[in-house]
Amino acid sequence: MKIRKLTLTTGAAVLLAGAASAAWDEYKPLFALGYAEPEEGQLVHIPPTLQDLEDAAMSPELKDVVRRGHDLFVDTQQLRGQHVFNDMNCASCHMDAGRQPFSAALWPAAITLPDYRGKNWQVNSLEERVVGCFTYSMNGNPPEYGSDTMLAITTYMQWLAKGAPVYPDQEIYGRGYGSVAEPEQEPNYERGKEVYAQSCAICHAEDGQGLKQDGQVVFPPLWGDGSYNWGAGMSRINTSAAFIKHNMPLGQPNSLSDQEAWDVAFYMNSHERPQDPRYTGDVHETREKHANFHGRTLYGTVREVDGHLLGDHDNTGEKDFLRPEILRSRTFD
Amino acid sequence: MKKKQLAGGLALLLGLGLAGTPALAVDGLEGDPQRGEGLTQTCVSCHQADGSGQNVPGGESWPRLAGLSAGYIARQLKDYQEGRRQNSTMAAFANMLDDQAVADVAAYYAQLPVTQAEGGDDVDDATLARGEELARRGDWNQYIVSCQSCHGPGNAGAGDVFPGIASQHAGYIAGQLRQWQEGERDNDPQGLMAAIAKRMSDEDIRAVSAWLARQRVTSAQGDTE
Repeated sequence: MKIRKLTLTTGAAVLLAGAASAAWDEYKPLFALGYAEPEEGQLVHIPPTLQDLEDAAMSPELKDVVRRGHDLFVDTQQLRGQHVFNDMNCASCHMDAGRQPFSAALWPAAITLPDYRGKNWQVNSLEERVVGCFTYSMNGNPPEYGSDTMLAITTYMQWLAKGAPVYPDQEIYGRGYGSVAEPEQEPNYERGKEVYAQSCAICHAEDGQGLKQDGQVVFPPLWGDGSYNWGAGMSRINTSAAFIKHNMPLGQPNSLSDQEAWDVAFYMNSHERPQDPRYTGDVHETREKHANFHGRTLYGTVREVDGHLLGDHDNTGEKDFLRPEILRSRTFD
Repeated sequence: MKKKQLAGGLALLLGLGLAGTPALAVDGLEGDPQRGEGLTQTCVSCHQADGSGQNVPGGESWPRLAGLSAGYIARQLKDYQEGRRQNSTMAAFANMLDDQAVADVAAYYAQLPVTQAEGGDDVDDATLARGEELARRGDWNQYIVSCQSCHGPGNAGAGDVFPGIASQHAGYIAGQLRQWQEGERDNDPQGLMAAIAKRMSDEDIRAVSAWLARQRVTSAQGDTE
């Protein structure tokens, strides 16, 4: 098969050698901020904006659902006590309401799911992926499959993928949080604490509890009951190092060195947080059972500074259950 | 009567804890609004009796102080004293206050109700829409994060570091953004504001200052939990 140049009409494009600049022109200011430029053969997609939604030839009813999804995404706290049991919003960790590359943009999920995920050893639909977010990152009780809330969120995600090819063969530009090269020195608590004091505490506070103003979360807590639980992807040091490197401090992406990003990610995740909903009752057993996940977390390990065994507790945070009933496994045997 | 020249020992005191974390400049001193009111004879000529300040088109606008957080006001006064924020008029006045007076004046202005801002009436709807976009959602392709991601719900201020900017005079906001662009103001922690300001176009500044000036702030600000 020989492809010369493929530029999709709506905003997705595959970068090929010699291709004139196209859709990703919009991302040029990001390259000046230290983000990698798209590589040859990568799929680049610029998700639509809310203004594009207004201008789009879509039914008004559908637009309403997309707007609802966006609203839930940026103000997920409206579901507090129902589906959300911590201080997080979806947009806390997905910049620009899920549009931004290297910030876990949403559109790749919409074009690559259903797919197999090692996290739960089965094929997951888009709804099941969202259930994962609520279970772990929101320490919550996910909305029902097929519910209005679930429809709004997944519709928003799918709309962001508008024009991108489904099940693409190409690698996706800016997917997830990207990655940060393994550090020269082992990530270190003390160094991370220094980075934290210098670069993070102004917003997230010395004690990591963030800031609320008039009852509303401005800067989310990074550990403790108000934060994501031990099963959230952000508790993985590699994931959080990449998030931090490419997104923090807010407005100053790529300003920390790779080593600093690893160190501060290590420090952040050396604190307690609500129990992993997959907890078996034994932290070592749980860590072992989910070694593919916890291999990159500090869950079930001893914190050197004080000998504390991380994750060895029954604290589920604000919720009064451990594991949402909605989680399900399937086989096609 | 309570105004004093800046004592020599003060500078020593302030040298502590400035690196890294933003220790509140008048940490440990509780401000008394009533005492503070008695110290504002000089302030009111520009900032007005109700703390509303004044929008001065084409000139240097005087910011609204009413309803800003006490911690933020105190820190600005200390920064004028210490030269971290440059303004010859304000440096002279700030230097008339000792630490307790700084805390008192800050406490006084913080408890005044937020007043309505001026300016920004000379822009069209498209400019206002751009202003709202920047204030509430940002323009991430330019890596301009939204104002409210730091300045808090409704851009009415967050904690002691991020001042309320909704219902602040358009002329003042625009002037400050330009100062950050030029490096003339640089007392923002970690350069957080400068980084954003430098990515803004003249039109962005006009748009966002107009939109913010037009916002009403109803609830009392300054309380954090």
